[in-house]
Amino acid sequence: MRVNFTVNGRPQEADDVWEGESLLYVLRERLGLPGSKNACEQGECGSCTVRLDGVPVCSCLVAAGQVEGREVVTVEGLADYARQRSCGTGACGTSPDEARRWQAKGTDSGTGQSGAFPHATLSPIQQAFIDAGAVQCGFCTPGLLVAADEMLERNPNPTDADIREALSGNLCRCTGYEKIMDAVRLAAARQSEGV
Amino acid sequence: MGTNGAPTKITQGSQTKGGIGESTLRPDGTLKVTGEFAYSSDMWHEDMLWGQILRSTVAHAEIVSIDTSEALATPGVYAVMTYDDLPTDVKNYGLEIQDTPVLAHGKVRHHGEPVAIVAADHPETARRAAAKIKVEYRELPVITDEASATAPDAVLVHEDRTDHHIGHVPHPNVVHRQPIVRGDVTEAAKKADVIVRGEYCFGMQDQAFLGPESGLAVPSEDGGVELYVATQWLHSDLRQIAPVLGLPPEKVRMTLAGVGGAFGGREDLSMQIHACLLALRTGKPVKIVYNRFESFFGHVHRHPAKLYYEHGATRDGKLTHVKCRIVLDGGAYASASPAVVGNASSLGIGPYVVDDVDIEAIALYTNNPPCGAMRGFGAVQACFAYEAQMDKVAKELGMDPVEFRQLNAMEQGTIMPTGQPVDSPAPVAELLRRVKAMPMPPERQWESSEGADVRQLPGGLSNTTHGEGVVRGVGYAVGIKNVGFSEGFDDYSTAKVRMEVIAGEPVATVHTAMAEVGQGGVTVHAQIARTELGVTQVTIHPADTQVGSAGSTSASRQTYVTGGAVKNACELVREKVLETGRRKFGSYHPAWATAELLLEGGKVVTDAGEVLADLVDVLGEEAVEVEEEWRHRPTEPFDLRTGQGNGHVQYSFAAHRAVVEVDTELGLVKVIELACAQDVGKALNPLSVLGQIQGGTTQGLGIAVMEEIVVDPKTAKVKNPSFTDYLIPTILDTPTIPVDVLELADEHAPYGLRGIGEAPTLSSTPAVLAAIRNATGLELNRTPVRPEHLTGT
Repeated sequence: MRVNFTVNGRPQEADDVWEGESLLYVLRERLGLPGSKNACEQGECGSCTVRLDGVPVCSCLVAAGQVEGREVVTVEGLADYARQRSCGTGACGTSPDEARRWQAKGTDSGTGQSGAFPHATLSPIQQAFIDAGAVQCGFCTPGLLVAADEMLERNPNPTDADIREALSGNLCRCTGYEKIMDAVRLAAARQSEGV
Repeated sequence: MGTNGAPTKITQGSQTKGGIGESTLRPDGTLKVTGEFAYSSDMWHEDMLWGQILRSTVAHAEIVSIDTSEALATPGVYAVMTYDDLPTDVKNYGLEIQDTPVLAHGKVRHHGEPVAIVAADHPETARRAAAKIKVEYRELPVITDEASATAPDAVLVHEDRTDHHIGHVPHPNVVHRQPIVRGDVTEAAKKADVIVRGEYCFGMQDQAFLGPESGLAVPSEDGGVELYVATQWLHSDLRQIAPVLGLPPEKVRMTLAGVGGAFGGREDLSMQIHACLLALRTGKPVKIVYNRFESFFGHVHRHPAKLYYEHGATRDGKLTHVKCRIVLDGGAYASASPAVVGNASSLGIGPYVVDDVDIEAIALYTNNPPCGAMRGFGAVQACFAYEAQMDKVAKELGMDPVEFRQLNAMEQGTIMPTGQPVDSPAPVAELLRRVKAMPMPPERQWESSEGADVRQLPGGLSNTTHGEGVVRGVGYAVGIKNVGFSEGFDDYSTAKVRMEVIAGEPVATVHTAMAEVGQGGVTVHAQIARTELGVTQVTIHPADTQVGSAGSTSASRQTYVTGGAVKNACELVREKVLETGRRKFGSYHPAWATAELLLEGGKVVTDAGEVLADLVDVLGEEAVEVEEEWRHRPTEPFDLRTGQGNGHVQYSFAAHRAVVEVDTELGLVKVIELACAQDVGKALNPLSVLGQIQGGTTQGLGIAVMEEIVVDPKTAKVKNPSFTDYLIPTILDTPTIPVDVLELADEHAPYGLRGIGEAPTLSSTPAVLAAIRNATGLELNRTPVRPEHLTGT
């Protein structure tokens, strides 16, 4: 079957999709977006978390056909998504209408280690994960970033218990979560300071 | 960080920004937060096929027949291979003993053993085709424990053993046995005022790294193969893969793909040979990615263990003797079992002074899942038992458990049960003092202005208590882990360092085969190069087999050994750069000949700080490059009868204090805090040090209260191969982990550093158990603790 949906603000068309394929498989293997991770494919680890029409979901549990006509945001689009969101609040003079039509910029493979989005800075939560030492092997990181970003959108000043509750669906095996807590606190603090 | 002990000798100025001792950020951090970092499961190649493994559905059986015809006839299938399709006479692999069949031959020895492999154009096609392979089994009795393994009429798991351990084991179903005997326990026991005995049981733990076993094999034009894979040791893989393929090692070109955690579970091969076989058979790139279900069968686990201890002590609290017997279940194949036995026995009494010991450790061959390396490697199981014993003895003596430990704590100069003197700081008593001195979390910490926050209580959002029936307990533990490969192993590493001018700036490139599995070795290598070469720009070359072996990313050894190799190569590069400088500019300034020279801030400077030349001018068009192996002090094997020998390179120590709250009615445990104090020698990257300690601590928490692979004792089949049924700690299960880091330099190690990755995984588990015992008054001789153990239901 063919599936048409929007990923990180851009219309996408996936052809020859077998009915049993998950959204995760289509993103990773058909659309060249392997940022969403395949740690369990059982909906237990949260490493494949994406936003489907704004709601965080385990993309491994979403059948590809279910996303027809809908909007998906993955870790690859998180920086632009966050930037458009802050612009959408009027912070940089962009109208809400424009914000709704935001698009992720293409990646530039020539930039090497300095990262993927030469035209975009990292989102606050991405930068905080790096600064706080919340990344080790990094396999849980994309899912945690999407989940944490969504929580901070809803709850800009979370308590520690709020953070733990919101991220309890995302397993991490390396860090013991302490630096992840630090990262989310840091992102929240920077956000409230307007940094 | 904590206070500094002995000053750390640094051979070269450490002023360069981003050098050792700073919490520089990961070079791969940006790629990892943007989703661009290419893990092994992200590999993609045009026209690639997907590989699938068919695994045995029974634990022990003869294979009567395999019929692949229906699978082969499935549209989209390119190849189906069984044992009969293996191309050479080498059909087994293994870390030490080559006893593991690439594909089962005539017999399967554990549930989930690979029997056949399939390549197809879609992963689901490959899965369905594999399911169409018909395997007829004739089941055999299963060996599941020591009694069934060593019974006189026991079926042998491996009939024709020829390995070098067979000569000294009591039974062919014992992989390896290591006794360690020192002094005279019978005599010493006569001095004991109290004698405490205990039997302990340690469950089977899974590494549960999040990135599944995966990789991509691409056939090359010269008949060889390129393999992109997540592993802990590229060269060890290569040594095992090439003979099975019938290729010379140089035709198997391995590159490390992104590794999503390891913790010991990637020391053994998983899909490497299978992907290469299918790629060479089909002439197409083949990708294999395990799902989580398969991952539980696709790597070895931590050895479950039965441990029997006897401790004696005098009335004034001095240990008189320790007797212990540690029985590790190695499962169907040897993997790292012999080395795990060596660790469990040599570290079997913990970080204490005991002159009279009688220790025995064995690993069994059974039909249970194969067990091998996992963080802590034999020392974890022993620590769980000896620390429970220490609490029991203290209780018997009416002493404070921390004071009792401190009274018997080893220190620098203590002789190990192996006869090896501990010749660097061993601050066991100090770590206990520090962890005890840390502030306690407030009582009734769940109470807030709005009433009880159930998220802070046992049972959490299940809302099972608002504090009723909740009892607090506090427990302590300390452990000892060896660093590096022991028992005479040639544990070297190789580093290639290059220095040249790129775009008007001096740049160092560090090339090693070290597997970066998340620990931050790449961060530290760049820091070492900056410190030693005085440059800002350091490029970390991808790890591959085009450079010499770095050894394994395990045994807490990489910062020590590959870090040491990078430091050594940098020093050699520095010498060459200075020679070039002397040749070019020596006549301009007498200091070139007379002063000690450093590389600092991109310049050659004297130790007094005078600038002699810019590195850009010294190097010019020239590139200076060195590739060199580096070794730590050699070790010796343990004597097979007495266990005596200088078997270890270095020791690592950590202590924990656990604070738990237990709902005694429902048997639910909430760990409130897990404080840790650890000596790290020298923190090369303090932020990464904390990450290792907190991560290791949490894995110890997991085996204390939730993690266990459940194997049916009747069928030897795994009952819970999923994250639904095998639980690892979530962020809600994990408490705050305050850390106190001590830095007492080991003068034998680069920069005085101490390997740190494993020690925190040891003492975390027994500290939590001690805290639960403290809260409940129960004996609790097994881990993990389940609710029924606390409620008696």
